[in-house]
Amino acid sequence: MSDFVSDTWHYYVAGLVILSLMFCIWVLISNMTKRVKGPVALHGHIWDEDLQEYNNPLPRWWMWLFWLTLAFGIAYFTLYPGLGRWQGKIGWSAVGQYKAEVAAEDAVIKPIYDKYMKQDLLAVAADPEAQVMGQRLFLTYCTQCHGSDARGAKGFPNLTDTDWLYGGESATIKTTITGGRNGVMPPWGAVLGADGVKDVANYVRSLSGLAHDSLRAQRGKDAFMTNCVACHGPEGKGNAALGAPNLTDRVWLWGSSEATIIETVSKGRTNQMPAFKERLGDEKVHLLAAYVLSLSKSQAK
Amino acid sequence: MQTQATYDYSVVRQFAIMTVVWGIVGMLVGVIIAAQLVWPELNVHEFLHFGRLRPLHTNAVIFAFGGCALFATSYFVVQRTCHTNLFLPKLASFTFWGWQLVILLAAITLPLGMTSGKEYAELEWPIDILIAIVWVSYAVVFFGTIAKRKTPHIYVANWFYGAFILAVALLHIVNSAAVPVSLFKSYSAYAGVQDAMIQWWYGHNAVGFFLTAGFLGMMYYFVPKQAGRPVYSYRLSVVHFWALIFTYMWAGPHHLHYTALPDWTQSVGMVFSLILLAPSWGGMINGVMTLSGAWEKLRDDPILKFLITSLSFYGMSTFEGPMMSIKTVNALSHYTDWTIGHVHSGALGWVGMISIGSIYYLLPRLYGKTGMYSTKLITWHFWIATIGIVLYIASLWIAGVMQGLMWRDTNIDGTLKWAFVESVKASYPYWIIRLLGGTLYLGGMFIMFYNMVRTIADGRAVDAPVVAPAAAH
Repeated sequence: MSDFVSDTWHYYVAGLVILSLMFCIWVLISNMTKRVKGPVALHGHIWDEDLQEYNNPLPRWWMWLFWLTLAFGIAYFTLYPGLGRWQGKIGWSAVGQYKAEVAAEDAVIKPIYDKYMKQDLLAVAADPEAQVMGQRLFLTYCTQCHGSDARGAKGFPNLTDTDWLYGGESATIKTTITGGRNGVMPPWGAVLGADGVKDVANYVRSLSGLAHDSLRAQRGKDAFMTNCVACHGPEGKGNAALGAPNLTDRVWLWGSSEATIIETVSKGRTNQMPAFKERLGDEKVHLLAAYVLSLSKSQAK
Repeated sequence: MQTQATYDYSVVRQFAIMTVVWGIVGMLVGVIIAAQLVWPELNVHEFLHFGRLRPLHTNAVIFAFGGCALFATSYFVVQRTCHTNLFLPKLASFTFWGWQLVILLAAITLPLGMTSGKEYAELEWPIDILIAIVWVSYAVVFFGTIAKRKTPHIYVANWFYGAFILAVALLHIVNSAAVPVSLFKSYSAYAGVQDAMIQWWYGHNAVGFFLTAGFLGMMYYFVPKQAGRPVYSYRLSVVHFWALIFTYMWAGPHHLHYTALPDWTQSVGMVFSLILLAPSWGGMINGVMTLSGAWEKLRDDPILKFLITSLSFYGMSTFEGPMMSIKTVNALSHYTDWTIGHVHSGALGWVGMISIGSIYYLLPRLYGKTGMYSTKLITWHFWIATIGIVLYIASLWIAGVMQGLMWRDTNIDGTLKWAFVESVKASYPYWIIRLLGGTLYLGGMFIMFYNMVRTIADGRAVDAPVVAPAAAH
């Protein structure tokens, strides 16, 4: 065990625990008296005019309750870890209990998941039973960001439409869930200056046909062609390989108002989709990917 | 002719009145946050957000309401049972104003979002230092008074008050150790799981010493006084005192079951929490059995009703606590509303009721009266508070067990049967009942406030003459 840096601490802990138990036992034993018959005497002191104490013996049932808990303590420390490095007679550990429970559960559910692992994602997405399982997984692991209806929120993509940052093919969705994604839009405030950022923002709004200042948009286009094309492309249609969004459609991750676009351009954005492979394993990722795929598919119809 | 010495009641009066005032404030904030759970749109501003008001509620009820009740009663009891006036009364007066300043600063800084992030120890480091100074002054006054006592023996109530004062000083100073980065921000001196362990060593002993040992001190004076009967067993008080203060120190790890805390630490926390059952019940037995032979007094004395009912709730929560510290039970109860219900059966039932009963005993004696303005209103207060508590804890028991069961319920494919939000939805009816229970309890405090104002208006501040100790047997 690595809990103790030296033997001294092991003896210190074990010794203190044993001494504590012995202290409780000693306090109890030293005050045990035989049952008395007849009236019990007062203890003899008087405070504040009339405060006095009887000296009744300890109630028997209470005493036995105390003994019972002490005996339980001794038994527990014999069987379970507690006395320093001592692991206990039955070798229990929290990690061991966790592993055993996970193994037992996995043995039960493995066949269910194995069935779907053999099918490709499109087939799983069409399976009503798999869809229900996928939805349950989604409600546990994904709703915190994407919402229980999967429609996302500001900064968190809507999964029910047909627009995809990294691509909506079944394999890509699975890759996204498995390994996660790190979306980075660099900040341009220092490069472009406040006025330059505003120009670019107006140009970006013009790309999707939103109201804009055409003079600014014209100036912004030059800046866009110099700085933004690398990721968003000359037409502003984005690049799924980089997760760079299409700027010509009506889907906005952070918002389309001029103020929001100015914020996005000047300060940049950093976004993260966590990787789920380690946490859930391939089988559950498979079902989740199929579920997400089905969400978008049903929208496309 | 020599003028006869009197007890120093002025500081007791100040703390007693503020107990009722802060009780209303703290419980009102509690009712507000309970309402915010039912209607989230009540989170109208960041200063009034649940996350800011919740620590304000806990600090106000524990340290403002509970703290003032402990100061008031301990200053009263230590003088009466030592047959002498206070040691350094001016320092006692400083503890009053210092403590009120701490509360005021808490009420300002917590809604502003200044917090160290440690539960029940959220206040930032400058306030922590002020608390430490006030607390050490409190210890000087209390133990100074014990030292100049006129009786050979120290009455049992003072053992508990003394243990509470010493332990809280130790807990506060160790847990609040921090590295300041500015006037309003500091970081804990400890890291990772050690920080968590120190925090819950503090946290559970705040329950054990602030909310238990201190109030047992109250119990040992006001129950025999109000019942007019001797304490049931001196011997039992010896055993349960030593076992209780010794064992509580170990119980903290049960707040960290199934976490990164090493297995051995969790085991030690669980075993000693179970061993705490009998020592805790020792206090309940000693209080309740003090009434044996005088049960009929319960019928028409609402103050005694408060005191004895508080002991029943004490017995219930100190049974429930050890059970919840068992790992398998904890796996169900942890993180659910069951914990909140458990805390409130102790807080509203035990701490609240013993304080309310004791303050009802104190007030007339501090203002030269033989009783409160209205006994009938005390009876009303008692029944409204009792119904409030029962609604509160019963609803959160149900909600808590339901949440625990929903969270662990799985489908045949191993997925969770309920999304988290579904357990939130299912909890709404119980949160409404809880809100109702809390509102009733707060309503009782308003009745108490009115009764207090009328009692004080009719009376005048009187410091009773120091009583000569009874001749030794």
